[in-house]
Amino acid sequence: MNMQYIGSLLQGLWGTVLLSLLTFLFGGLFGLVIALARISPLRVVARVTQAYIQFMQGLPLLVLMGLCFYGPSLMGMQSVNPLFAATLAMTFYAGAYLGEIWRGCLEAVPKSQWEAAECLGLSRWQRMRLVILPQGLRLATPPTVGFMVQIVKNTSVASLVVGYTELSYNAKVLNNTTFQPFLYFGLAGLLYFAVCYPLSRQARKLERKLNVSRR
Amino acid sequence: MNYEFDFGAVLAYWPLFAEGAWVTLRLAFFATIIGFVFGTLCAIARTSGPTWLQRIVAGYVEAIRNTPLLIQSYFLIFGMASIGLRLPILVGATIALVVNIGAYTTEIMRAGIDSIQPGQVEAAECLGLSRTQVYLHVVLRPAMERVYPSLASQYVLLMLASSILSSVGVEELFGISNRVQSDTFRNFEVFVVLGVVYLALSMLLRVAFWLLNLALFTRRRKLGTPI
Amino acid sequence: MSAVVELKNIHKTFGTNHVLRGVSFEVHRGQVAAIIGQSGSGKSTALRCMDRLETIDQGELTVCGHALHDPKLDVKTLRRDVGIVFQSYNLFPHLTVEQNVTLAPRTVKGIKASEAREIATAVLAKVGLKEKMSAYPEQLSGGQQQRVAIARSLAMEPKLMLFDEVTSALDPQLTGEVLRVMEQLAKDGMTMVLVTHEMAFARNVAHQVIYMRDGKVHESGTAEILRNPQTPALANFVCAEK
Repeated sequence: MNMQYIGSLLQGLWGTVLLSLLTFLFGGLFGLVIALARISPLRVVARVTQAYIQFMQGLPLLVLMGLCFYGPSLMGMQSVNPLFAATLAMTFYAGAYLGEIWRGCLEAVPKSQWEAAECLGLSRWQRMRLVILPQGLRLATPPTVGFMVQIVKNTSVASLVVGYTELSYNAKVLNNTTFQPFLYFGLAGLLYFAVCYPLSRQARKLERKLNVSRR
Repeated sequence: MNYEFDFGAVLAYWPLFAEGAWVTLRLAFFATIIGFVFGTLCAIARTSGPTWLQRIVAGYVEAIRNTPLLIQSYFLIFGMASIGLRLPILVGATIALVVNIGAYTTEIMRAGIDSIQPGQVEAAECLGLSRTQVYLHVVLRPAMERVYPSLASQYVLLMLASSILSSVGVEELFGISNRVQSDTFRNFEVFVVLGVVYLALSMLLRVAFWLLNLALFTRRRKLGTPI
Repeated sequence: MSAVVELKNIHKTFGTNHVLRGVSFEVHRGQVAAIIGQSGSGKSTALRCMDRLETIDQGELTVCGHALHDPKLDVKTLRRDVGIVFQSYNLFPHLTVEQNVTLAPRTVKGIKASEAREIATAVLAKVGLKEKMSAYPEQLSGGQQQRVAIARSLAMEPKLMLFDEVTSALDPQLTGEVLRVMEQLAKDGMTMVLVTHEMAFARNVAHQVIYMRDGKVHESGTAEILRNPQTPALANFVCAEK
């Protein structure tokens, strides 16, 4: 084990973190759209969104990665950047799951709040923005933080189809060179753990706080 | 778009896809059953075992839930090979899946067990039932019924996640599709077909779990109410 | 004749809360003893100790010949002789009424299914619910569920039945059906200890009334003490409970 190898793992970690942040950013925005569309009073919009969510929940992320890597070249894109393809695939994926989570949280806001806002004469969009979303956001924080852990873990498959360099890939390369699987995969595991465990803990803490304050 | 789709070339390989799908289903089946039993035992250890055992199970669950399946698979499969343990690839893959899903099952079943009111256990013990009998007859059945939807979705996700094992050489559905890609160079079409097949497998599993729910939980079948 | 239940100077502490401060009384075979008192007087705790749901810190407690103050006690043999019915019935929701009643005979005593069913039929007929054998607990009213709970305990042929405020959670119109079953049990000669707020039942059915206050037996005697309390505390209590 030498510094070069450690450096390779840390570089991979950076790739993981970068992809995770991009996914959370774009997936989050897309997820918000999905959540709102899912509860839209227009039945067509709600149904189509529901179909999209169920579709995404029935596919492995690897297949999505493949579609997002080979698909754009059909549309005329010359060379598909791995980070672009990976982010695109994970945005579709995370958007669906986050959308479902957030829809649940929006629907968990008591009906009386919706009614009160309506009676105050606010438009639907104003009701959303000023009354429902802020409360839904509070409820959504624990499961969202929990889902961030899923995002970080899922980045590990980005190297398999799309060729994006992240932590798992670098660890595998190191193993191919040194044939010390327990060491390098163990270290990679520890690095993932170092990122994910604090998030998991935080999510649990937030959930406990939320349950206490709800009583 | 000047690309000409050629699904025909890809669909000609349907026997290969079928073979891969069959491996995926077998993997999912065995991993689900063994993983469920293992996870339930861990959940029982976590809720009523000695403190040292509870800590070990808690550590195991946290380690698995905070690391990706890919790393776990690499660690186990390449690790075992490096110490001379040469298992058939499907056995190694099943072990990796069991270790993974066992942790998630432990958490879900633990929540189920915790949801059983203490009064139920008290009543059963006062009727003379032993600890084991209380677990078998009074705790596990209703616990399982309560968390069944969570369990079912986890196991469907497991089937989808088995695609990751292609990276360690398992010839399941995703892995076998590589052969089609290298033969036809129709990568996009292959992924579309994969998508359709996985969707079909997901739906198949969901239906199977729904039927199992009706078969296992008589009360649910008769009354239709949650427990 | 030795008592079925014998408490000698029982002490029990929960953390810093000294709940039982030297409780002593006896219940003989075929007798019905009613324990009354305010909440916090320790009456439920005393009852729960009789089935080893709580352990005692000091004193001697003998139930059906079993010495509960002995740490090496085989709890399972004790529980074969004692049946207990709880305030919240605690029926098993995933089992039918029949299965609730036959579970213990089949798993603990190893009785065959057909024989267990006969026992269930007999015992459910006794509480007036034979026709509900294939129903699930959620389909029954509170009073019916409590009667099933009583039948479930009776199926194990206990020598002593304990009742922990079994009508407190029921709507007033449902308490009658449960009290009638308990009265019939008493007439059939079952030894019973009940913690209750039902003064009328205690007056009419109990052979012995034990009034507990602050973890001690404040006054005890026949049901007559409810009509003519000797201590002012009991007098106040009886007035308040009317």
